[in-house]
Amino acid sequence: MADERPTPGGIDRRAFVGACVAVAAPLVLSAAQQAAPAAPDTAHAAPDSAQGATGTPRYDPRTHYYGMGVDVSKCIGCGQCAAACKAENNVPLDPHHFRTWVERYVIHENAEATVDSPNGGIDGFPAPVAEGGVVRSFFVPKLCNHCANPPCVQVCPVGATFSTEDGVVLVDESYCIGCRYCIQACPYGARFLHPVSHTAQKCTFCYHRVVQGMVPACVEVCPTGARVFGEVHRPSSPLTRFRRFNAIQVLKPHLNTEPKVFYANLDGQVR
Amino acid sequence: MQGYIYPNEFELQWSLLIVVYPYLTGLVAGAFILASLARVFNVKEVQPTYRLSLLTALAFLIAAPLPLLGHLGHPERAYEILMTPNTRSAMAMFGFVYLWYLMMVLLLEIWFDYRKDLVVWSRGKTGVLASFRRLLTLGVTDLSEDALRFDRRAGKLITIIGIPSAFLLHGYVGFIFGSIKANPWWSSVLMPVVFLFSAIVSGIALMLVIYFFSTMLRSRPVDMACMDKLGSFLLYALIVDFSLEMLDFTQRLYEAEESISILGQMLSSRLVLSLIILQVLIGTIVPLVTLFLVAPTVRKRGFLKVPDEFRRLLYFVVAVFIQIGIFSTRWNVVIGGQLFSKSLRGLTTFKVGLLGIEGILVAGAIMLLPLVILYILVKVVPPWPDAEAVVESELTGADPVPAVQPS
Repeated sequence: MADERPTPGGIDRRAFVGACVAVAAPLVLSAAQQAAPAAPDTAHAAPDSAQGATGTPRYDPRTHYYGMGVDVSKCIGCGQCAAACKAENNVPLDPHHFRTWVERYVIHENAEATVDSPNGGIDGFPAPVAEGGVVRSFFVPKLCNHCANPPCVQVCPVGATFSTEDGVVLVDESYCIGCRYCIQACPYGARFLHPVSHTAQKCTFCYHRVVQGMVPACVEVCPTGARVFGEVHRPSSPLTRFRRFNAIQVLKPHLNTEPKVFYANLDGQVR
Repeated sequence: MQGYIYPNEFELQWSLLIVVYPYLTGLVAGAFILASLARVFNVKEVQPTYRLSLLTALAFLIAAPLPLLGHLGHPERAYEILMTPNTRSAMAMFGFVYLWYLMMVLLLEIWFDYRKDLVVWSRGKTGVLASFRRLLTLGVTDLSEDALRFDRRAGKLITIIGIPSAFLLHGYVGFIFGSIKANPWWSSVLMPVVFLFSAIVSGIALMLVIYFFSTMLRSRPVDMACMDKLGSFLLYALIVDFSLEMLDFTQRLYEAEESISILGQMLSSRLVLSLIILQVLIGTIVPLVTLFLVAPTVRKRGFLKVPDEFRRLLYFVVAVFIQIGIFSTRWNVVIGGQLFSKSLRGLTTFKVGLLGIEGILVAGAIMLLPLVILYILVKVVPPWPDAEAVVESELTGADPVPAVQPS
């Protein structure tokens, strides 16, 4: 019978269609989940519960791999991201603890750069002191780079900080001994010791939001869309689109940390 | 603050206690290496310091984890380093390196070395000390020639294992810093080697001070041959140590990577006192010149003929200077590595407090603790050559020479 005749590749049609569905279904499902904002009921479902009363599919970290894009040319230095991050993640409100912050670079006529980040940019920036004239000025949002090759994870003596399957670097607060070696090992100054919990803390990509289908708080509040959150490997991801249409750089590439925060329009002065 | 630092860099992560930690472990490794000179390489002149060095190494090793523990945000979770170590972490190996060194090297060697004495000292005696010594023999009271020969052989074998272990102990501490690629001040392949040689320098200098001081306290004559040998070893170790440090410095200066500008600024502003004056001038140049002139190295009596009393005083002063210099070295590594921003755009400042867990008082107490431990150890197992029990009973049938208690 024609239906049962093997295809030249050695697979029959029924198997082929089955395979296609099997491959495409999770892609389509998770793409839809990402494209559309999660419904309120799904947004509050427990991330690790198996298919529960709400009918939410169980979050499977193996089907995700997250990164962030930052378009430097779009950042206006409003500091909303840093403020939202502090509110969302219980970050101390003093000006010395940040999971994300905004730096301002002022390039002078002599090609020197001055950098500042008063209160992480949350209160805005004072007018730049223009000694000898300003050539250019721009803002750079900073956060944990969720490196694929994270030195902080390597050095943690007890394994309290770790890389998740979906590409996020997290700290287990109930396990961290507070030795601060990870803070020393981070080249980006993205970690701090929480003054109350006495454990290392850092940006989590708002993991608690992400597993519920939401974007990180800083991405949510950015008025200019300077931050793009998404899947690194998925062709349909906004992040992939961001990377397709921009020349991308990462911070301190010579250290081989393989950051997953991708910067567009980054100036060479930025470290 | 000067220039720009990342907001999270406002607070220094590692402060005074983490300066004390490599200082203490360095002394452990150095003291042990001196002891092994006497034992393995059979340097007769330094024999009077052999047991004293072992006990000093033990005393400092017991105190060494305290600054680490005191510094942790959650000291009650410290045991997790041993229970669930991250095998990729340099720091996770600390517990194993430490325990290996404590249990397999120091305690074993000391036990084999003192077993005979413990048996003799406690035999036929009553009282707390004698009972404790009897307990320390672990019931092994055989004083036959075979048993004693076994003690000697085992002790020598452990010393031979102990030398690379001592290298491991302190080289490893250097690796903790040297392997941090995020920090250009630390990241250097020479770091473990520099740590090791500075450890040897500090250990020999410490033993010189302790030997001189304890001999004076006991009103015994100072063995000038021993002091001269210590002085010349100190000179050799200092030359190697300083050469390595200059090599590291030259390499950095010549390569002039992107961090050179900020490191140069740090050197010429924040580290003038602790690096240029204390570490290099007081802690290295002055001792180098002094030892070169008075220690019997190239010439049998040194270049300047100095009377014994004055020469041993010079050794003592030089050894104290070296301790100041080595402590400054640890300071310059630990604190210096955090005074500049990883943005390479600014410098921060550090002020030591007097009180609090990271204050001068606690750090001072932790640094004095090994001396207290050493005092107790010396009471239990006197390291003095004239206190050593000689088992003559088996040879001549006479009573063993009684232990002479330290005065």
